[in-house]
Amino acid sequence: MSSSLATVSYIAAIILFILSLGGLSNPETSRRGNLYGMIGMAIAVVATVFGPRVTTAGLGWILVALVVGGSIGLYLARTVRMTQMPELVAFMHSLVGLVAMLVGYASDIDPAASAGMSGAEVRIHEIEIYVGVLIGAVTLSGSVIAFGKLSGRITGKPVLLPGRHWLNLAGLLVVIGFGWAFVQAHSIHEGLLPIAVMSVVALLFGVHMVMAIGGADMPVVVSMLNSYSGWAAAATGFMLSNDLLIVTGALVGSSGAILSYIMCRAMNRKFLAVIAGGFGGETRAPAAGGSAQPAGEVHPISAQETAELLKEAKSVVIVPGYGMAVAQAQHTVYEITKKLREMGKTVRFAIHPVAGRMPGHMNVLLAEAKVPYDIVMEMDEINEDFPGTDVAMVIGANDIVNPSAQEDPSSPIAGMPVLEVWKAKTSIVMKRSMASGYAGVDNPLFYKENNRMLFGDAKKMLDEVLASLK
Amino acid sequence: MGQTIGVPKETFPGEKRVAAVPDTVQKLVKLGFGVMVQAGAGEEASIADDAYAAAGAAIVPDAASVWSGADIVFKVRAPSEDEVRAMREGQVLVSFIWPAQNPALMQSLAAKKATVLAMDSVPRISRAQKLDALSSMANIAGYRAVIEAAHHFGRFFTGQVTAAGKVPPAKVFIIGAGVAGLAAIGAAAGLGAIVRANDTRPEVADQIQSLGGEYVGVDYREEGSGVGGYAKVMSEGFQKAQREVFAKQAKEVDIIITTALIPGKPAPKLITAEMVRSMKPGSVIVDLAAEQGGNCELTEPGKVVVKHGVTIIGYTDLPSRLATQSSTLYATNLFRLSEELCKAKDGVFHVNMEDEVIRGTTVVKDGTVTWPPPAPKLSAAPPRQAAKPAPAIAQEKKGHGHGAGGPMAARTLATVFAAGAVLFFLIGAYAPPAFLGHFTVFVLACFVGYMVVWNVTPALHTPLMSVTNAISSIIIIGALVQIAPPAVASVAGEGARPEEVIRWIAVAGIALTAINMFGGFAVTQRMLSMFRK
Repeated sequence: MSSSLATVSYIAAIILFILSLGGLSNPETSRRGNLYGMIGMAIAVVATVFGPRVTTAGLGWILVALVVGGSIGLYLARTVRMTQMPELVAFMHSLVGLVAMLVGYASDIDPAASAGMSGAEVRIHEIEIYVGVLIGAVTLSGSVIAFGKLSGRITGKPVLLPGRHWLNLAGLLVVIGFGWAFVQAHSIHEGLLPIAVMSVVALLFGVHMVMAIGGADMPVVVSMLNSYSGWAAAATGFMLSNDLLIVTGALVGSSGAILSYIMCRAMNRKFLAVIAGGFGGETRAPAAGGSAQPAGEVHPISAQETAELLKEAKSVVIVPGYGMAVAQAQHTVYEITKKLREMGKTVRFAIHPVAGRMPGHMNVLLAEAKVPYDIVMEMDEINEDFPGTDVAMVIGANDIVNPSAQEDPSSPIAGMPVLEVWKAKTSIVMKRSMASGYAGVDNPLFYKENNRMLFGDAKKMLDEVLASLK
Repeated sequence: MGQTIGVPKETFPGEKRVAAVPDTVQKLVKLGFGVMVQAGAGEEASIADDAYAAAGAAIVPDAASVWSGADIVFKVRAPSEDEVRAMREGQVLVSFIWPAQNPALMQSLAAKKATVLAMDSVPRISRAQKLDALSSMANIAGYRAVIEAAHHFGRFFTGQVTAAGKVPPAKVFIIGAGVAGLAAIGAAAGLGAIVRANDTRPEVADQIQSLGGEYVGVDYREEGSGVGGYAKVMSEGFQKAQREVFAKQAKEVDIIITTALIPGKPAPKLITAEMVRSMKPGSVIVDLAAEQGGNCELTEPGKVVVKHGVTIIGYTDLPSRLATQSSTLYATNLFRLSEELCKAKDGVFHVNMEDEVIRGTTVVKDGTVTWPPPAPKLSAAPPRQAAKPAPAIAQEKKGHGHGAGGPMAARTLATVFAAGAVLFFLIGAYAPPAFLGHFTVFVLACFVGYMVVWNVTPALHTPLMSVTNAISSIIIIGALVQIAPPAVASVAGEGARPEEVIRWIAVAGIALTAINMFGGFAVTQRMLSMFRK
């Protein structure tokens, strides 16, 4: 395959990738979008393998590596449970980071890579390698920690080192200093030490950054890492002078950046504040202590009474949260929905943008349980309908339905857009106990006159509700 | 003193409506306009000249004085040839025009150097609802259709148990749940009938139910929403299934009201002669599409006919039959339009072609035909959400709840631009040309990504992440080109290439990326196949 032919194939792949992202704009076209992505990827790989930059000597190796990696990937995709999607995505981000590092190192020790370049070009090339490895390393370690947090292997609470901003700053200076040394290095061997030290620092930085972020902020972290993995690919593209990598990396990078921005806005937080660490961190303690503790009585009810309330209602809105995912209750939720709809009731779902542990997490779970997507509403679509709703059922969510975000300006979550379930005639909150959510803020909703609490494991309770409905 | 608005008496035979009522005259005067009304203009709509005069209008004796004296003329029906002849050059005319059906009229209006605003061409967007005369007239037509049906129907609508025996409720079947159909559902249900309704757009089922009707669906999957919330032409398979449903309903019901219209097309023939024959004697069909040829094969436009014992009402002037009400609503629509045209309240029309509503409504501007308008900027079909129980009017798309957000503060924006300028300067000053080529591509790609991703619906954020993740496996190319590159001669000075090490690193890279690539696409596929309606 000639070099021009390879380039044209790359352009085709780029177009297909753009169409792929565009296709995801609505569920009807999304499957086609994914297909475009696959075709684009196939074209890109084939064009590269048979293109001018790979000789036939490598074919066997490539095939073996593809088969091994591909089968692992397919196995994972087949077996992963939808509740584990955030972990899988984080895991995959770490792979991209790792590969970016590997490619960077290989490029560094490969004298052929910079052959024929003039002075300034060599320097730029070295900076590109350095930056590529840096982003790759941060993505790798950050994603590994995110994976650990999401799968519960590491505590979901923010872990904060004293003076962590100074630590980060020191890390940054070290990285810049060694970057200078790396670019000045005369031979490959001289350059290896700075880049190795930088890698370690970058890895530590990634760990430190994600460790400091609390579980409820995970949607931001996951989409941010998504963005990083794109930038890592783009940096690799600069390193190898490959436009396809640059474009694709930039597409993925900006996509992730936008998602992070949307998530931050849904929590009314500044992106930097989330990244700088720990929800609240220093601010949490005084705020929680300072604001008046809502007091009053909660009204617990049983599953049977819940079923009665649902039977009397004409319109029901269900607000799922992370608790539903943890309890694997989405299928029971759908059974209840089906039952209620058969009785002629309007049942809808209200999804807060940051419900769950990654963007769109709840939508995927509900889709898995076969809930039709046209009754699954976004926050903006449904918030004004709560006053006309008879029963709002909150399943394992807390902060996203907390009225103090609107009512108490001193609350740490003040100003965050929330689902106004308390405006419904009755709200029912399903919860294990009275513990507060990730934000560590008490929820005045629980004490409201028209609120009922259904304590217990979401799955077990919903099974009982379903049984009483029949 | 501002411009003068003239309201002549309608000349079309049987037309009883009038384009202004005392209430709107008063409001127009407040906007700074002078208003002149032809004597007797409101007579058929039961509005006396005195009432207009009391509201501030000048009463002029004949139509000629209106056409010669007014700067702006408000009318209901499209002008007749005589009326066009009476127009002054440069006059503004606001009325129903139906530009698609009346090309000759459009030409003669353009020849008069007139500016014409067609009330039938108001774009269907939220902001323009208050001036949507088609909806207000359709609402009246739907109501009146039920009244006409009741008039010709030999029984009660409501079921009753009387001393003289039990009366079953009338069964009414309504085809098409647009504005007219919904009004008819409400009116018939209000009279106590059992109401069933059908529409090609399944999303209106909720609206039908909210008005007390029962939705009768056609069991055939096809999306029936066309542009702007109107219906569209359906496939052959759908039409067959639909005819079966209608034939079954025809046998059961007493009254059928058809309101099915497709913009710019003749009305679909939905009720066949065969179906009419199968109806009970004494049944009534009201065909609101009579003017466009009728939904029933046996309709005779403008007339009431009895065929096979079934009364078929093909009146084309139903709004005019409720002249006071329709004049009031139409006049209010015109007043709202005047408000849009005269934002300064100085009594002068400013036909601002930048305004989407005014642009769409204006069909002739200073003698130039400006119809049809460019496609509206909003996305037409509202995302298929549960529609609100309001008439099926297209909503402006809400940008998925996030949209582009408010504009940045000027200061932030300035800082961003300044930082960008410095950065670009540095890059431009020091980077070699080869790098700049890649950099251009990079920046453009960032913007493309930004544009594309804003459109992604929040429900698909997880699949979006997994697909972008799979796509970022493109980094595999980095590993591929390292595994066995063609030999390069000029590397002598640096020592030999560590082939083995690089190969192993590259193989590991390929394998790891393959996990990501295959896994990412496969899991996305798995997720997306779960999304269903």
